[in-house]
Order: sequence, then structure tokens, then C-alpha cells
Amino acid sequence: MATEASAKSSDFIKNLGKMYGTYTGGFIAFILLLAVMEQMGVPNKILGYLFVFFTLAVYAIIGVMTRTAEVSEYYVAGRRVPAFYNGMATGADWMSAASFVGMAGTLFLLGYDGLAWVLGWTGGFVLVSILIGPYLRKFGAYTVPDFLSFRYGGNFARALGVIVLVCCSFTYVTAQIYGTGLIASRFLGMNFEIAVFAGLVGILLCAMLGGMRAVTWTQIAQYVVLIIAYLTPIVILSTKKYGIPFPELTYGQAIAEITAREQQMLATGLATVANLKPHIQPFINYSPLNFFAIIMCMMVGTASLPHILMRYFTTPSVREARQSVAWSLLFIFLLYFSAPAYAAFSKLEVYTNIIGRDLTSIRPWLFNWGELGLIQICGKNAANIDAIVAACKAIAGHPGVVRLQDFVINTDVIVLSTPEIAGLPYVISGLVAAGGLAAALSTADGLLLAIANALSHDVYYKMIDPNAPTMRRLTVARALLVVVAVIAAATAATKPADILAMVGWAFSLAMAGNFPALVMGVWWKRTTATGAICGIIAGFGLCLFYLVTTRYFPGAGVAYFGMTSLTNPLTGLPLVDIAKAMALPNAMESFPTLAHPMANKVGWFDLNNIACGLLGTPLGFAVIYVVSLLGKEPSKEMQAYVDDIRKPRGRTVLEERTT
Amino acid sequence: MPDSASMKEREEAHWAKTSRLMFTHLGVWFFFGFVIHMFVVPLNKITIPILNFPLGFYMAAQGSLIVFVVMLFVFAKQQDKIDREFGFAEED
Repeated sequence: MATEASAKSSDFIKNLGKMYGTYTGGFIAFILLLAVMEQMGVPNKILGYLFVFFTLAVYAIIGVMTRTAEVSEYYVAGRRVPAFYNGMATGADWMSAASFVGMAGTLFLLGYDGLAWVLGWTGGFVLVSILIGPYLRKFGAYTVPDFLSFRYGGNFARALGVIVLVCCSFTYVTAQIYGTGLIASRFLGMNFEIAVFAGLVGILLCAMLGGMRAVTWTQIAQYVVLIIAYLTPIVILSTKKYGIPFPELTYGQAIAEITAREQQMLATGLATVANLKPHIQPFINYSPLNFFAIIMCMMVGTASLPHILMRYFTTPSVREARQSVAWSLLFIFLLYFSAPAYAAFSKLEVYTNIIGRDLTSIRPWLFNWGELGLIQICGKNAANIDAIVAACKAIAGHPGVVRLQDFVINTDVIVLSTPEIAGLPYVISGLVAAGGLAAALSTADGLLLAIANALSHDVYYKMIDPNAPTMRRLTVARALLVVVAVIAAATAATKPADILAMVGWAFSLAMAGNFPALVMGVWWKRTTATGAICGIIAGFGLCLFYLVTTRYFPGAGVAYFGMTSLTNPLTGLPLVDIAKAMALPNAMESFPTLAHPMANKVGWFDLNNIACGLLGTPLGFAVIYVVSLLGKEPSKEMQAYVDDIRKPRGRTVLEERTT
Repeated sequence: MPDSASMKEREEAHWAKTSRLMFTHLGVWFFFGFVIHMFVVPLNKITIPILNFPLGFYMAAQGSLIVFVVMLFVFAKQQDKIDREFGFAEED
């Protein structure tokens, strides 16, 4: 019986190439079919629905087919996902709605400074591989708190690990569900709240029955969709413009043209030195300190986020865990090194075909987005020609051509509008929507699973009822998954104001809470339980304090903690006049809205609060080091376990009871 | 079965080598993640021929990323070699 099952499973692994190859071919055939249908006159709306429902159905079918009743399958996909496929799954797990839709827009707006995010969200995998991932795989954990608990003396460390995990993952998953709602409502014209709950059903269908096993095999399918969707429009655009289907090579030309056009715009009065941010000029949006602080926090945060680390628990060996990190980054790289091309091509289009154009000959693609309020010209939604002509007439002395200061674009539009800018048929727009959904759903799946697993495995099984039978453990895991998902969707449906900033915060929180304890636990045998616990509390606490104070209690930060205004990186002047702001009646208000003059604009050392991990992490390391040295060295057994973790050969340190 | 003293020695030698490899890669990571971008302004004065990228921009947009990908594959190979050398590698 057992041998039959394992023979079946090795067949399954052997056939992966054939299965996913067929699937990819089928997906391309499906795109072509829809393209033909479009030519035959099928309306856009139907094409959009077909795209979304077909892809969702595929994910759901995979999710149901890979359902499982085994604990190790549910938590770590039976530890037999080959390095290459785990890399793909990690790619989808990693790349969120923010990467897919938002990244190119950020680069469009910030130019060079936006590359801090590109660097930060790739370089962290180096740390995953050399410092943490393979060692946790050898340890044999199901969750990150598992390791903390074992290494640092039990349930108190485990509880801290769960708190850090929930803090950084919950806001992150809420942002993904929000992204799902945004994409579905934009492309399918669904009501936002309904779209959020529709997305929720999609996520649950993938994750609930099969846990990690189901999420792994759907994430691979989602990676295929998202990468095809991301690369297709930009490859076609590059081929049309420069005759070479590699946008990553040709956008250098576009950047040169942008730089030339910037000079020309300044010379002809279409832009002023004050409002033009040259695309390649560094450190005009972030000061050098904040630029490098963001890179550091995103990188170290990557190596501390539980939903990423747990992907490397699923490989068959430590060796494959390492190879798998390399594959992951390769698959992620394919998207991230194309994002700046999106930004460059869009910017060139805007600078040459919108700015300086006579109002009446504006390119029609932008009206679709103007209608939704995502593009504004002269302060009004650019819904049609009459609207913008009227809006600009109302501005005294307007020259009748669009100037740079007249034009405002929502960053989400950059990726979504590229198919229209390139003059491609609607089917490509539908494909991009399906890709964005895949990116949001796959990340949401991974995060939800991380949270639900921590609650079911760490809190319920390890802390509340260690004798629970397998069936009950899995039932609890599934029930918690649904509960967490519903809470996250309900939060997303309220459209919380800080949702996007919170994703950045998640990295800093993960970094300050997890990184020092994980790294020291593997690399320094002398680390004691007390040291680690103090370090987690101090590092995570300082980071959380800085975030909460600068965002929600800025008045108190200034009055009691010596915080000062952040400065404008270009001029070096303070962002707010603190003396004046503190004199206002609402100065000491807590939980201020973003409109509060000091919210997110005060701090120590001119450090942006998104990079608060830079304060907490060194403190965490220092506290762990000092407190560990003050205490008694860890037991011989514990040191022997650490030795075991360091050697790939042999059994895992932790052996889970699976039946 | 090797006696425990020689096992201890092997473990220590293995870990010394592993640590050295770790610091080497951490150095490369730090250089391409941070140091090189501190010189973006002078590097931007250099334009990559044919492709037309300013070099400073290119390094942040693609150059460093390519280095990270390559170094991860190299690292997996090197660490595996160390594990095999000391007999700590898993069976194939």
C-alpha cells in the first residue's frame, strides 16, 4: 500500500514537465482562441470574463485534485517538490499584486530612486540561501515558530514567533485581497466589495483542501500565467518600436530619448525645473540614507518573511533547497528586470504623445482610464476631449497644450494601459488582467497558509492540544484558514487607507522580529534562549514603536521622543514646520489621517518609517549578543543539535508525528 | 564509524569553510547591493555602447540583479562541494 503510493507519487514527479508543458501550451492556445473570437466580434466584456473564469477554474481544479488528508502533505507538500518547480512556486508566492501592477508605476514616478524596490526585492534571496533557508530545511520544521521554539526553549519563543508572523503577514494578505478586488472591479466592472469576496472564494478553493501541497501546484500554474501576461505586451511593444523582442535591451534607447525630451520640455516651457524629475537622476525622491535603508530593509525582510522561508521546507533535500532559491530568483528576475522597461516606454509615450500635444489631439487610450479617475488633466478626470478642454480653459493663461504639471496619472495604469498604448487588441488587456489576478491570488494563498498554519500547528497543536489526532489537526487548520481569510477580506473591503504602505512595513517588522534570532540561532551556538527572547522583544518592539509613533502619534513623537521633521531630499528643507504644526489644535491627536500635517513626516535621523527595521534589527542583534554572553552557555545537547542543522546529511532534527 | 574526536574536527573544518564561503558571498552581495550604487552619479556619465544605458542606472536596474542570480547558482554548487568534501552531503 505504502509502496504503491510512493510509486504513484514518483510517477507524478516524473510527469511534472509533461503536465506543466501541456498546461502552458493549452494556455497559449486559449489566448489564441480568444484572439480569434475577438476578431469575430465577441464583445470585450465577455472576453474579460472568459479569461478570469477560465484561469480561476484551472486553479480551483488543481486545488481540489491535490487535496490531502496527510499532515506532512498539508504542511510541507510531503517534502518532495523539485528545486526547479519550487522556484517557480516561490516566484508566484513572492510576486504580489504590488509587484505586478504597482512596481512599473513606481519606477515611472520615481525614476532611478524607484530602483531601490527592484534591488531590495531581489537581493534578499542571497541572504535566504546563504544564511537561513537551507538550515531551516535541515532542521525539519513545519513553520518558522517551530524553529524558534525548539532552539529557544519552548512555547514562549514560539508565541513570539507567532506574533511576529501574524503582524507581518496579515496586513500583507489584506493588501493582496484588496489588489484582487481592484483588478476584478477594473476589468470586469464588478462592484469592489463583491470582487473582494469573489477573489476570496478563489483563494480558498486553492488552499483549503490541500494546504501547502495544493498551494504549491497551483502557484506553479499561476506563475506561468503571470509571467506570460507580464512579458507579452512589452515584448510586442519593443518589437514594434525597435525591431528587437527584448525590451530589457531596447529600453536603454527609450531612456536616452526620455532624457533628451526632458531637456526639450524644459527649454520650451512644457515643464519647469521644479516639477520635472529627471528619470535617471538619483536621490531626488529619497535621500541617499533612505534609498539604501529601503534596499536593506526589503532585502533582509525577504529573508525573514515566513511565507517565503516556508517554501524551502518543501524540497526533498537541503541541496535542492539551495538550488531552489537560485531558481526562485531567476524566475523573479524575469519580471523585475522587465519592470523598468514598462516604466521607460510609458514615460516616453506620455512625454512625446501627451505632453506638448494640442488638447484636441490627445491620444484616445487615456480616456478609458480618465473615466475611472486614474488619469487627470488640468485637475479633472480626463474622460473625454470636451472635459479636458473645459478644465484647461478654466486655468488662467493655459497655453492650450498639455504641460507636465497638467498631467496626473495613477501608478496602477502604467502596466494596465501598455497594451492600449502599443495598439494591441483587447485580448492582451484581458491577459494582463488574468496575470495580475494570478499574482495577487498566489501571494494571498501563500500568506494565508502561513498564518493559518502558525495558528493551527503552533498555537493549537503545540500549545493547546498536543495529543490532537491527525484528523482534528487538519480540520482545525482548514477552519482557521477560512476564518483568517474571511477576516482579511472583510478588512480589505473597508478599503483601509494605509493598505499599501503596510506591505512595506511588513518587511521591516519581519526583519526586526525574525532575522537576528534566526541567523544567530544557526550561526552562533552560544546564543541562549533568554538572549533570543530579549532580542526579539527589543528589536521588534523598537521597530513597531517607531512605526506606530511616526504614523499614528506624531505629536507625541515630537513632544516626548525628540522626533524631528523628515527633510526633502532635493532641497534639504524640512517637510513640515514642526513648531507651527505643534501649535495646531490637532497636533497631539492620535490615529491621525494621512492629511495630518505630521503623519509619516517625523522621525529620528531623517529615517523614513518604512525602513524602521534598520533601527530594530541592529538592536535585536546587540541584545541577543549581550544577554547571551551574560547567561549560561546552551546545553551540550542543544549545541549538538546546531551542529546537526549545519550538516545536510542525516535525519532532520525535528521529527513530526504525522499519524 | 569515525571516533568522536575526528568527527568534531571534521565538523569544525567543514564549518570554517562554510563560514568563509558565507562571508565571501556576503561581501559580493554587499558590494553589488549597496557599494556600487553609491557611485551612481559618476557611473551615469558612462554610457554603455549600443544599448545606450547610463551605467549607474543599468547596474541598479539589471547589472546587480544578474550578479545575484548567478551568485546563487554558484553558491549552491560551492556549498555542495564543501559538504561532499567532508562527507556531510546528502546521498544523490
